[in-house]
Amino acid sequence: MTSITISAVRPRTSILDKSLSKGKSEVSLSCYALLFSELVQYCQNRVYTVPELQNKLAEMGAEVGHRMTDLLVMREKSGKREVKLLSVLLFIKSTVWKSLFGREADKLEHANDDDRTYYIIEKEALVNKFVSVPKDKGSLNCASFTAGIVEAILSDCGFVVDMYIHICRDFWYRLL
Amino acid sequence: MRKKWLNSELFTLTYGALVTQLLKDYENVEDVNKQLERMGYNMGIRLIEDFLARTGSGRCYDFRDTAEKIQSGFKIFLGITPTITNWSPAGDAFSLCFETNPLTEFVELPDHCLNLKYCNILTGVLRGACEMVQMEVASWFLQDQLKNDSVTEIRVKFVKRLEDAIPAGED
Repeated sequence: MTSITISAVRPRTSILDKSLSKGKSEVSLSCYALLFSELVQYCQNRVYTVPELQNKLAEMGAEVGHRMTDLLVMREKSGKREVKLLSVLLFIKSTVWKSLFGREADKLEHANDDDRTYYIIEKEALVNKFVSVPKDKGSLNCASFTAGIVEAILSDCGFVVDMYIHICRDFWYRLL
Repeated sequence: MRKKWLNSELFTLTYGALVTQLLKDYENVEDVNKQLERMGYNMGIRLIEDFLARTGSGRCYDFRDTAEKIQSGFKIFLGITPTITNWSPAGDAFSLCFETNPLTEFVELPDHCLNLKYCNILTGVLRGACEMVQMEVASWFLQDQLKNDSVTEIRVKFVKRLEDAIPAGED
């Protein structure tokens, strides 16, 4: 039986009509590495200094972060947003990291000397894995992209933060 | 490298952030399409090496062989298998149809972006990758799920063999 067409305009199915994906599909790591490299190169072509480049990367990370908050809060937390700082940080350390990078962040620490400073510590940042930093850009750290993600999630939950990334042996995301 | 796979959501959202940034920077949708294609091209010329190393496949026997290899490339890199349909009678053009596409998850085009070819990076990847194996192809979108079509269809057309690119002494 053929259906009778009444309107020439097909109904627009909104993205909200679809059910939320379970988030199980995967892509190849090399694909992501190349995409990320294009992203970094693109940013690099539009800025003059290393700090500008890091800010730009963080801005783009924030785009990802805002969407991640909504997605994970709906999927994992049945729509309830965290309001306590510590639970937001734990949410980032475990849930967010797991769904973005496939494992939890290595450590979450609270600074001894300052009760407003926290550290998220990651031994091997995914976005840095394929980056070889040129000599003239010594302080560049592409993990500012990740920092942007974290910052966006915290701000979506109502916390204003300053993110710093420290390069020590590991990568530290310092939250103020 | 231990881990070769990655949750597609990070990929999807990173790509989304990139497209958003391009739209902010260029304002003209046509320029965004071009830029995406160029980025895809850069990815393609490097991705092909990974593809050849992983599959160990040799030269394409004919264009149908190419189509199958492109299909398996999508499987390897994006975890999806597009169907190959609509061969032209001369056998020099075919369509790749996508039911799902990790690039377009969570994506809805606003009304002022209807000319945006959101996944245009894919056409660039195809062009770059094929160029590295001495084939010039052209590809474009015939249908797009983001524009309310039921499938996303990319038309791929063989343009010519790039003879000059073969180094001397190699057949």
